[in-house]
Amino acid sequence: MSETFSPNIPIQTARIGKATKESDKVKTIELNTRLVCEPGQFIMVWVPGIGERPISIANNDPLTISVANVGKGSSELHKLAPGALLSFKGPLGKGFRIQDGWKRILVVGGGYGVAPLYFLAKMATAAGLEVLGVVGARTAKDMIYEDKLYLVTAETFVTTDDGSKGMKGNVMVELERLVNDPKRAPDAVFACGPERMMLAIARLCLKEEIPCQLSLERYMKCGLGMCGSCDLGGKTVCRDGPVFDALETLSLKGFGEFKRDASGKKVFF
Amino acid sequence: MTKAGLEAMAVKGAGGVTTKSLSIEPRKGHESPIIVETECGMLNAVGYSNPGIEDGIAEFSGWDRPEPLIISIVGKDEGEFAALAAKVEKSRKQLNCTALELALSCPHTPGFGVMAGQADPEMAGRITKAVRKETRLPVIVKLSPSVPGEVEAAKHAEKSGASAINMGNSLGPGMKIDINRGKPILGFGMGGMSGPAIKPIAVRCVYDIYEAVKIPIIGTGGVNTGQDAIEMMMAGASFVGVGTAVYFRGPEAFKKIEGEMRSWLKEREYKKASDIVGVAHE
Repeated sequence: MSETFSPNIPIQTARIGKATKESDKVKTIELNTRLVCEPGQFIMVWVPGIGERPISIANNDPLTISVANVGKGSSELHKLAPGALLSFKGPLGKGFRIQDGWKRILVVGGGYGVAPLYFLAKMATAAGLEVLGVVGARTAKDMIYEDKLYLVTAETFVTTDDGSKGMKGNVMVELERLVNDPKRAPDAVFACGPERMMLAIARLCLKEEIPCQLSLERYMKCGLGMCGSCDLGGKTVCRDGPVFDALETLSLKGFGEFKRDASGKKVFF
Repeated sequence: MTKAGLEAMAVKGAGGVTTKSLSIEPRKGHESPIIVETECGMLNAVGYSNPGIEDGIAEFSGWDRPEPLIISIVGKDEGEFAALAAKVEKSRKQLNCTALELALSCPHTPGFGVMAGQADPEMAGRITKAVRKETRLPVIVKLSPSVPGEVEAAKHAEKSGASAINMGNSLGPGMKIDINRGKPILGFGMGGMSGPAIKPIAVRCVYDIYEAVKIPIIGTGGVNTGQDAIEMMMAGASFVGVGTAVYFRGPEAFKKIEGEMRSWLKEREYKKASDIVGVAHE
């Protein structure tokens, strides 16, 4: 006899411990709690009156998220100071999977996409793997997590579109160099960033026959696999993903081509 | 829900699929959170997010699976319902749909469904009649367990030309307050209850309507297992709707429910599932 009934995925609430600026646009929020989760999973962050937003987990202990100021909801999140309450449900979705036998992995982050890869690199390095990193941004000013990544990788390479930091160009320049370097060629590639970048990475890894996993982003309303707003070719990005095998993403209609807005209308990249 | 999303459900074992309800204009729906889990169920306040009838028809066109496709529409009054039905009728070949469903019963969207009185008997009849004039497709009328008069509404719908009743929608509206924040959780404040918690009410509604109409009934509300589906059919449902089970059991819910129904029927030596429809009335 069960005396009480509780939800499978409850809403939890914690206080903000630290809020630090990563760039003009990105703030990192550490909560005074930890979460049992895998790199690549996400939480639905809720603040009453602001709404609920999916945000990838950038660290498990303390539970950490990085929030880009890209709209009404995220600008409100940016205003929250240490001591304020933040609620969330999760961890949700499927994270990155490291297979037995992989010795060297490469993480590739574009823009804000680098945050969950930091968590992955940290865990993989702790598990004894050699981790290489590539971080790309538009300009030096937009670059985040590069300093953090240095601490949890064997080597990290940096690219900017305008050449203001690291190599000039996008992450593909470094990626192609690394996969062709016998001393650095990875057993697997993990990527998160703008979808056109991930499409290029998926194609390269297919050609080079390197296992590759991508963390995708879609407009997500419920985060529970129910509302259908994050559909990608019949898969729910929130529940079947957000991490997919790159081979699978290449077979999903719409990948690299379009996403959908709140009403379900197609928005082309 | 997209066409690819519906195809995925059909591949996973759904016997037929219904689109998200399409309205005249695109709708973003309610503010998030739109879904929250409760004890033995969930509350939702999606608010009819959909790309509008034009984009919706383009989205769902070219359905080429054997499972029937049901197009659901939602309007503010009988005029809107008729206009939507006319658009679907005009595109029925390209859609390759099997039926049209009139959602009269959402409990949490101002201007629509229960909040616009559409589930009331007289209004349900008027809307059905207006739609009937515009299409030769079978018309399913989706009624509400949230307001009194569902039996009368079913009778009015039948008299006005409905081909089937879908008895069931989320129940409510209800509310869940997060006690750590002291605030309602759903963006809209309130929402419709679904899942196992509402099944007894759905079963009772189906039972009563079965006594009152001759057209087939789709029983929707809280069906999570094969045993639940059997119960709904014994009450009088010829078909069973499944929604929230996908949350608790994943998209595999359809195959699981079918498997559970098959073994239950086999153990009791029923030859076909239709033999149990309405047995609770015998």
